[in-house]
Amino acid sequence: MKVTICIGSSCHLKGSRQIIEELQNLVKENNLTEKVELCGAFCMKNCTNGVSVTVDDKLFSVSPETAKSFFNSEILSKVN
Amino acid sequence: MAKMRKFDTKVQHLKYKVLREVARAAWDDKLMQNITSIPKRIMPGNEPTMRCCIYKERAILGERIRLAMGGDMSNPNVIEVLDIACDECPVSGYDVTEACRGCIAHRCEDVCRFGAITFDEHQKAHIDKSKCKNCGACSKVCPYSAIINRTRPCERACKIKAIHMGPDKAAEIDNSKCVSCGACVYQCPFGAIADKSFILNVIDILKKSDNNNKYKVYAVVAPSIAGQFSYAKVGQAIKGITELGFYHVVEAALGADMVAFAESKELTECDDFLTSSCCPAFVDYIKKHYPELEGHISHNLSPAATIAKYMKEKEPDCKIVFIGPCTAKKMEFQKKEVRPYIDSVITFEELQALFDSRDIDIMTLEEDYLDNASYFGRIFARSGGLADAVAQGLKEHGLEDFKYNPLSCDGLDQCKIALLRASKGNLPNNFIEGMACTGGCIGGAGCLTHEEKNKKDVDAYGELAYEKTISDAISLLK
Repeated sequence: MKVTICIGSSCHLKGSRQIIEELQNLVKENNLTEKVELCGAFCMKNCTNGVSVTVDDKLFSVSPETAKSFFNSEILSKVN
Repeated sequence: MAKMRKFDTKVQHLKYKVLREVARAAWDDKLMQNITSIPKRIMPGNEPTMRCCIYKERAILGERIRLAMGGDMSNPNVIEVLDIACDECPVSGYDVTEACRGCIAHRCEDVCRFGAITFDEHQKAHIDKSKCKNCGACSKVCPYSAIINRTRPCERACKIKAIHMGPDKAAEIDNSKCVSCGACVYQCPFGAIADKSFILNVIDILKKSDNNNKYKVYAVVAPSIAGQFSYAKVGQAIKGITELGFYHVVEAALGADMVAFAESKELTECDDFLTSSCCPAFVDYIKKHYPELEGHISHNLSPAATIAKYMKEKEPDCKIVFIGPCTAKKMEFQKKEVRPYIDSVITFEELQALFDSRDIDIMTLEEDYLDNASYFGRIFARSGGLADAVAQGLKEHGLEDFKYNPLSCDGLDQCKIALLRASKGNLPNNFIEGMACTGGCIGGAGCLTHEEKNKKDVDAYGELAYEKTISDAISLLK
């Protein structure tokens, strides 16, 4: 599973880094490092609804507050 | 509207008008049809305003158009002399003028360490050119300011003696010495030396991207943008770049954060001393003038190339254009170690011309965001910033015990002194920050303006960065 977090300026200011850190920790805690690839991309042209995150090309809007529930619903429950 | 455009000199303004007209025609695929009418459009009248006659003015404009289209491909140097634009300034060095009153004090004679001053029967001073070393001491002490320096502005600007009078009296650049810093470009009062432009290349890249559908075109922008486009806001200039057709704008300063982090580690592992590798003119200076010190140059690519490399590894088919203050970057991006990452380079001067070629008035645009780097990445734009960032890098690596002794060299003349000492083993420092331009990148020849306030602008822009540490800024990239 490929999870791409937007690190363009607009999303960066809305907390990309916090989301990346949270997702990295959650991936590690759940032993998913082999299965989930986290990466960054500069701008997904969805700036007004950032932070933009794609899971295998499906687009989501995530905030640092919703990062954990996003992980549970879109990554953890679907990875296998 | 035109009044708001800010250039330091009328030479820059002239160059800008040529770039703008060439770009305007290129966007419409009409360059070849319109090329001969461009000089007349810029100089519509029949009366000369700058030179002896309108025909010479237009002939020189023809040369400027050639440079705007990429210049002489057979000349590897990105800096070129426009022979017919060179006014063939005197090259006599220090000369005594009519203002000499034939005084009794003869301070000029006393101060001259070379015995070069003689007097005629009227007690008027003369300089023996075979003895004069052009130190200027006599000029400083003359109470009548009667001794003037007739060194050519280009030669005075070039601290590494890479430009001199050629056999036909016009200036000539020695490519084996020139590092493409552009100091002569900015200083020549006749605009007879110019940097080749890659604007046509950039327009082509943008057009062929089919609105970023075939491939994405990214702009990597230097942090020295903070003091530029001062008639508008930085965010509006960023918006203007996307209006030109770029997909997204990324800070070169993020590459600077990556460099600072790697370079601070590299410093603790090297013996003796390390020099920075950020300034392409400085790197070229070492390679051409102090080849024995080449092994001391940091192995990092420059900040722009470092971030571009990261981006190309993530997205191999994207195109990357660096936009900055630097003419030497135009030389750097053609080197084999950078060529895979940076597709083209333009200056802020050229960016302004591109905006206006598309009638983009950035003052009317909403502000876009540009925030990728930390304070430390951003202050690379001014002298001393890189050394500060390396200090911070050491701290963030937990290497504070390392005895860091940096030397920031502001301009090629200071770089020269440091490298000379280093080559003799007399350098007490273990890190040389080398910046070819005075003040650092903010003094670059491709800047629209060169003002005192630009340094403050860069520092203030650094303070605005969302990320406060280098590690946080680069953690996004893992």
